[in-house]
Amino acid sequence: MARDSLTGSRIRERRQIAGLRQAELARQVGISASYINLIEHNRRRIAGKLLLDIARVLKVDPNLLTEGAEAALVAALREAAADSGVVAAETDRADEFAGRFPGWAEVLSRQSQRIQSLEQAVETLSDRFNRDPQLAESLHEVLSTATAIRSTAAILAETSDLTVEWRDRFHKNLDQDSRRLADSSKALVSYLDASSLSEEGRAIPQEEAEAFLAANQGHFPSLETGEKDPDALAASSKELSSPAARQIVQVILRRYVGDAAAMPLDEMRGIISKVGLDPLAIARRFDVTLSAALRRLATMPTDVVETEIGLVVCDASGSILFRKPTAGFALPRFGESCPLWPLYVALSRPVTPLRQRVAQPGREHAVFDCIAVSEPVGPASYNRDAVYRSTMLILPVGPEAEGEPPVPVGVSCRICPRTTCSARREPSILGEGF
Amino acid sequence: MNRHVLLVEDEPNIVEAIRFLLTREGWQVDCHSDGSDAVEAVQNLKPDLLILDPMLPGRSGLDILRDLRALSEFENLPVLMLTARGQSRDRDMAERAGVSRFMTKPFSNVEVLTAVRDLVALAGRA
Repeated sequence: MARDSLTGSRIRERRQIAGLRQAELARQVGISASYINLIEHNRRRIAGKLLLDIARVLKVDPNLLTEGAEAALVAALREAAADSGVVAAETDRADEFAGRFPGWAEVLSRQSQRIQSLEQAVETLSDRFNRDPQLAESLHEVLSTATAIRSTAAILAETSDLTVEWRDRFHKNLDQDSRRLADSSKALVSYLDASSLSEEGRAIPQEEAEAFLAANQGHFPSLETGEKDPDALAASSKELSSPAARQIVQVILRRYVGDAAAMPLDEMRGIISKVGLDPLAIARRFDVTLSAALRRLATMPTDVVETEIGLVVCDASGSILFRKPTAGFALPRFGESCPLWPLYVALSRPVTPLRQRVAQPGREHAVFDCIAVSEPVGPASYNRDAVYRSTMLILPVGPEAEGEPPVPVGVSCRICPRTTCSARREPSILGEGF
Repeated sequence: MNRHVLLVEDEPNIVEAIRFLLTREGWQVDCHSDGSDAVEAVQNLKPDLLILDPMLPGRSGLDILRDLRALSEFENLPVLMLTARGQSRDRDMAERAGVSRFMTKPFSNVEVLTAVRDLVALAGRA
C-alpha cells in the first residue's frame, strides 16, 4: 500500500498511544465517530484542516501522520547531511539506508539533533559572554584577580633576593586577592546559577519579560475584555521578579491594549477567516499602521490562527527590542542578527512593506514568509529626522509550499556556516573549530 | 638612561607585580589608573612603551589607543594590551585600534617580560 494511503492507520496507532477513544477524538475535532472510523481504516482520504486538527489533538507533527516515522527519519538524515556540509553523502539513498539500518539511521539523526542543540547552546553562551554587562564585569573581576595572584605568587616563588619589605607587601597582596577571588567566584557562580544557562532561568530583564510573554503565548484574554489593566497585570505577575522586567512588560502590554482596541478580537477573527494572514488587508480594514497589524497578528490565540507566528522588532541601530520566537526560526538573544533578514532591509526602505520567503542554514524544512516594515516612531516634528523602528512578522510555511524559492539567511555571523556571504561581519566560531 | 614604561591599569595588585618585574629589568615605571586622562598622561610622560588595560574607569583603553594613534608622535609607540576579554572579536577590535601586542589574562610574568622585550626589540629595529 502506498505510504500516504496509510495515514488512517497512523492516526489509529497514535490515538491508541494517546489513550483516546474514537468518539472522544471525533468530538474534539468536530466530526462523527463513524467518519473517524472510516478514516482510521484508510477508507477516507484526509488532509487540510481536519488533518491539522487531529494532529493537534494527538499532539503529533502532521507530517508524522501523513508520511510516517520512516519518512521523518529520512528527512532527518537528509538534514544531517546538509548540516554536515559533506557533499559526498548519498542523500538520494537516504531512504534505502533508513530502511536497511533503521537503528544506525536513528543514531545519526539524534547525533545531528544534538549538534544543533549544542550549537544553539554555544550561541547562547557566546552571546551572553559578549552582551551581558554583568557577566562581563564579573568575569573581568575573576580573571584580573587570578592574574594578580599568579604574578605575585610567581614573584614570591622565583625571586630569591626579595627584600623583607617587598615580600611582606606581596604576601599582603596575595591575602587580599585570594579573598577577592573567593568572593568574586562565589558571586559569579550565584549569578550563573540564577541565569538562563538553565532552560528556565533568566539573566536579564528582557529575557524575564520574554519568558512571561511566552508563558502566555503572547495572548492575554483579560486585556482583550478589559477585565484587567496592563499595569496591574504586570505588577501582579509572580513570573516577573525584577522591576526592570515589569517595566518592559508594562510597555508591551499597554501597546497590546491599544492594538486590541483598534483591532478587536472578534473583528480580527472575522477578517482573518476572509482574507487569511494578510497584514496589509488587516491594516487597511482597521485603518492602522502595518506594524500595528503585524503586532496584532502575533497576539492572536490559537483558535483564530493555528500557525505559531513569530515577531521581531528592532530600532534603527539594529538592536532587537522585542522577540516572539517561532519554532525553527532562530533568534539571537541579544541582537547582532543576520543583516539579510527583511527586518533590517526594511530599515533602508522606510514605510515600504517587504515580503520575502527565507530559510536559515541547517533547517532545510523550516521555510518562513517574513513580512517587514519600518515606520517612524512618535509624532513628527519640524526639521527633525524621524526615528524608525522595524517590525517583522515570521510566518512558517510548509516545505511543500509553492511559490518563490526561499532566500538563504542566517542567524548571526558567529554561528553561520556561509563563509562567502557578503554581509559577514566576523568569523564564525564554528569555523574556528570551537 | 632607563627606558620608560607607562602602565595604565586599574588593578592595584597587578600594577604592583608588573612594576616590580619591570623595575628589576631596568625600566622606569610610571602608573596610571584612570582612563579619562590617560592620553594626557602619555603626552606628558612620553614613554618608550605603553601597557594598557582596555577596561578602565573613565574611558576605554581602545578609545585611548585610537586617540594616540591619531597623534603622529605616538603612531609608532609600542602598546601592549592586557585584557580579560580574549575572544577573536576583542582581539580584532584591538588590532584595528592599533595595538602592537595583545595578551589575555591570566598571563604569566614570563609572558609579560617576553612581550615587553620583543616590543622593544621591534621598536629598536624600526
